Amino acid sequence: MTDARAGFRIRSAGKHALLIAACILMIYPLLWMLVSSLRPTEVIFRSPGLWLRDITAENYVLGWNALTHPFSHYLLNSGVVVLGSILGNLLSCSMAAYAFARLRFRGRNFLFAIMLLTIMLPIHVVIVPQYILFSKFVWVNTFLPLVLPKFLATDAFFVFLMVQFIRGLPKELDEAARIDGCGHFRFFTRIVLPLMTPAIAATAIFTFIWTWNDFFSSLIYLTSPDNYTVPLALRSFLDSSSGSNWGAMFAMSILSLLPVFLAFLFGQKFLVKGISTTGIKG
Amino acid sequence: MNALGELGAPGRRAMGRKGDTPDSKAGFLFLLPWLCGLAFITVGPMLASLYLSFTDYNLLEAPNWVGLDNFKRMLGDGRLHNSLKVTFAYVLIGTPLQLALALAIAVLLNRGMRGLAFYRSIFYLPSLLGSSVAIAILWRQIFGTAGLVNQALSVLGVASPPGWIADPRTALGTIILLHVWTFGSPMIIFLAGLRQIPAEYYEAAAMDGAGKWQQFRRITLPLLTPIIFFNLVLQIIAAFQAFTQAFVVSNGTGGPSDATMFCTLYLYQRGFGLFDMGYASAMAWLLLAIVGILTAANFFFSRFWVFYDD
Repeated sequence: MTDARAGFRIRSAGKHALLIAACILMIYPLLWMLVSSLRPTEVIFRSPGLWLRDITAENYVLGWNALTHPFSHYLLNSGVVVLGSILGNLLSCSMAAYAFARLRFRGRNFLFAIMLLTIMLPIHVVIVPQYILFSKFVWVNTFLPLVLPKFLATDAFFVFLMVQFIRGLPKELDEAARIDGCGHFRFFTRIVLPLMTPAIAATAIFTFIWTWNDFFSSLIYLTSPDNYTVPLALRSFLDSSSGSNWGAMFAMSILSLLPVFLAFLFGQKFLVKGISTTGIKG
Repeated sequence: MNALGELGAPGRRAMGRKGDTPDSKAGFLFLLPWLCGLAFITVGPMLASLYLSFTDYNLLEAPNWVGLDNFKRMLGDGRLHNSLKVTFAYVLIGTPLQLALALAIAVLLNRGMRGLAFYRSIFYLPSLLGSSVAIAILWRQIFGTAGLVNQALSVLGVASPPGWIADPRTALGTIILLHVWTFGSPMIIFLAGLRQIPAEYYEAAAMDGAGKWQQFRRITLPLLTPIIFFNLVLQIIAAFQAFTQAFVVSNGTGGPSDATMFCTLYLYQRGFGLFDMGYASAMAWLLLAIVGILTAANFFFSRFWVFYDD
């Protein structure tokens, strides 16, 4: 028995060693970028290690002021787009999800199948006509093409996530509400919405991260540096004269990753739950 | 049921004709934003792009009907053929590698092990950051000629290391590696799936003398096939749409020598660089057809290997 236990211990230690090595390999590039952002640029290309001798904030000052506007301008632009997107997704997706999960109406199964198919539709099939449409409205180079679709529940992934959650709520709620003469609107706002906070949190955090990182739509719709979001600002580093200033680029990259990291740190529980329930039987 | 399961069995929740649809008005109202989005943001533009694919359109003059010209041009467009090759290589190498790693790590992290939450966080984090421009910039440095990897190689005494992103033979490999690095989100789905396998199965198998590998082969793998299938379908579709990383790492060129010219990147250059909107639309439909056929094939072949317990 003791032999078996010792064997188990060794195996377990071996497994942990393997996992820790894998973790270090995964996380090393990120740590190295963080450390490098605090080093003078000429040292970045000589130091593959993580040892910091003289810390300097110079890269952050330089990067902050390297582009047309101070970096706060781009952070603010991204913030506006992200907030609008979160609001839009929460409103429109929760309404659609309630209809699919709880209401009975003609054509529901068909529309639900269409909704699932749109999750898988490549954005490139619709981007050209969308661009033409928005340019006819003279909305190119505004935030509207980035935010408005979110108010129309076009991120069907979140509709599905919320449908999965609402289906898990007990049916007795509906019956009780009906007996009390509670209409759909009140039942939705007073009962369903408060009960689905975990799904709302997952949607808000995922929308935050995906919109914050989104490069393709920003690249297409935002043309002047006044309206650049953070991904476009970072990318313009590569073109500008500071393209070889890796220290400044790393510093602003770290700044741009920080909000995502914080969202991950505090919202991880909801994110994990969210993707788990869409990926397996709910 | 996951999204794919629902698509496979749409009629199951079928309802009677009349009297069983009492919420039609409310249903319509609650669905109104989504219906508008479907009409104006999704289906309308899809049909419009189908029409545009038969035209010559530069955004300034009215679209000019040219029949199948765009599709004929695609047949002779060497850069398009190359971009298809690059995209297929990325999808067919990157996705299986990513999923295999996700599955392997998920199985290593079995339930109740010490430090599970910590490991899961570390492995999951890159998949949230991976699609950002910041990480693409980091990759540009790491795999640059004088970047982190080559610094490490020179410490190890490698005399003439490759140029990675500067070398057409290795450039795509670095982007595939970035894709594999983001294995965290399929891993989370695998972990959730593993948790659904009853522990008694393993206990019974261990009682009968089955080793760890046999337990994996005979219990874990078959019971996990629906989730492997789900991940496979979604990850293939997502991989076909990869854009940001190739764009930033090659600084918008798809180079060196078109080695990282994904279909999406080529589409962007034709549509939004040259405003050749008709041709770009035709390419978008080609892309949709390819993704659709691959997904259909995935569903077709699933009956031979996906095992449904219930």
